[in-house]
Amino acid sequence: MTAFTEDELARIRADFPVLSRTVRDGRPLVYLDSGATAQKPWCVLEAEQEYYSTRNAAVHRGAHQLAEEATEAFEGARATVARFIGAGPDEVVFTKNGTEAINLVAYAMSNAGAPGAIDGADPAVAERLQLGPGDEIVVTEMEHHANLVPWQELARRTGATLRWIGVTDDGRLEDPATVVGERTKVLAFTQVSNVLGTLNDVAPLVAAARAVGALTLVDACQSVPHLPVDVTALGVDFLAFTGHKVIGPSGIGVLWGRPELLAAMPPFITGGSMIELVHMERSTYAPPPQRFEAGVPMAAQAVGLQSAIDYLTELGMDRVHQHDTQLSAYCLEQLAERPWVRVIGPTDPAHRVGAVSFTVEGIHPHDVGQVLDDRGIAVRTGHHCAWPLHRRLGLPATTRASFSVYTTRADIDAFVTALDTVPGVFGLSA
Amino acid sequence: MDLYGELILDHSKHPQHVGLREPFGAEVHHINPTCGDEVTLRVQVTDGVVTDVSYDAQGCSISIASTSVLAEETIGHPVDEALETFLAMRGMLTSKGEDAGDPEKIGDGVAFAGVSRYPARVKCALLGWTAFTDALARSGEDISVVSSTAASRT
Repeated sequence: MTAFTEDELARIRADFPVLSRTVRDGRPLVYLDSGATAQKPWCVLEAEQEYYSTRNAAVHRGAHQLAEEATEAFEGARATVARFIGAGPDEVVFTKNGTEAINLVAYAMSNAGAPGAIDGADPAVAERLQLGPGDEIVVTEMEHHANLVPWQELARRTGATLRWIGVTDDGRLEDPATVVGERTKVLAFTQVSNVLGTLNDVAPLVAAARAVGALTLVDACQSVPHLPVDVTALGVDFLAFTGHKVIGPSGIGVLWGRPELLAAMPPFITGGSMIELVHMERSTYAPPPQRFEAGVPMAAQAVGLQSAIDYLTELGMDRVHQHDTQLSAYCLEQLAERPWVRVIGPTDPAHRVGAVSFTVEGIHPHDVGQVLDDRGIAVRTGHHCAWPLHRRLGLPATTRASFSVYTTRADIDAFVTALDTVPGVFGLSA
Repeated sequence: MDLYGELILDHSKHPQHVGLREPFGAEVHHINPTCGDEVTLRVQVTDGVVTDVSYDAQGCSISIASTSVLAEETIGHPVDEALETFLAMRGMLTSKGEDAGDPEKIGDGVAFAGVSRYPARVKCALLGWTAFTDALARSGEDISVVSSTAASRT
């Protein structure tokens, strides 16, 4: 059984205009780089255009009808996003992207240590947000730089120590219990590795953090596009993802946080929109989510993201996940037939989502990617913003094929057919 | 594919003058942060002549081969000539396919003409060359002729 029928897949593909173009002298585009950014369906493009052509105004400002409609559109998008991840609308903050969502939490935590920054907050909550020398921040060795560097910087600013959960040779996380302890104040981890495709088991990570009262943040940038995600079921304190990987627009990301935490957190970026009262000497701030949304927000992108989520919801995230698992399994199967290809990450497709990274014996990943590109196959090469992970695996770089709802078995066939020509180009035998 | 001509494949499989040697006037370490390619490169200049370029590189065939050609085309040449070669190489690589390269000036460097059609790979081909000019500057040579023409740092 397949998740989507051939007809459905053909209809889905017809919804994504870019898929019909050709590249490199008339070759059909085979887009296997959705892990970097996904393509957009017509409905997302149309939603943005409809917003700009009929309702454009500055959200949360002005007393005119357009401003009302723009505000309604923006807040409607927030409600859709919240429902999609099983959250309340006031718990969802729009950011520029996933990176900014993670930085928002890291900066709120260091700002929480400044004098007077969280006066009036529940002391028990305030204490969880503040860190200093002796406290520990824990991440994992498989993080994207976006969920590593902000924590390195938080450690530097506060004097806290950064520690990490290691990665096994087959691309799984080591036991969190060896790293998470009494000193841990925050545990940040990815739900799905953008390189290995590893689908991490969130429960033991959350349990380890909870046992010591540490906050948890899950980077869901590579999970939200591929599988149903529910913040309550995950049990985390914060969740971050980006719009452009969920077939939505670029320029919008999402931070979800527990309401009592968001309520206690000081702002990250300050300015208009996020205030309550402003005097020349000092200001007080609006409640969440507005406190974290300074400046005129990205309403068109929010509306586009809403349309993307409606599209995925219509397909059904369970089926999207099933489709992805089938593609991963098929891709792994095809690559396993080629002894000169070494796949990294779990071999069981049940432990994977979204991407398959590999190396070709004797050929640098850039050169692999270049030959594939010449045949119209778009893949990612390099360290995929996960340099420490590559170092851990003893690899300078890898080549990655990643999937989305519009990816087909035919895409994978075209990819492996092109891959078979790679060794020959470099005078090696396949 | 035509990008990977025989010269590039030869140089990438058998890089010329590879290895780190002494004596050297300066050593630099350059990386391409978007892909993780790295080169450690040393230069030795004696009486205005590049007497040695030695290197340890990790990267794709384009960056390895280009560094190999760099060593071949600069060792034994006066610094000003080596800088002229750099300018000709960079001019070709950044020409988006307009400049096929002059074999009189860049020797085997002409094999990289195809790279200029792939903007993402230009940095790979320039990695060793920019390291070279940086190393010259650090060993006290005047490289204003290249730094004033266009930004070359990666």
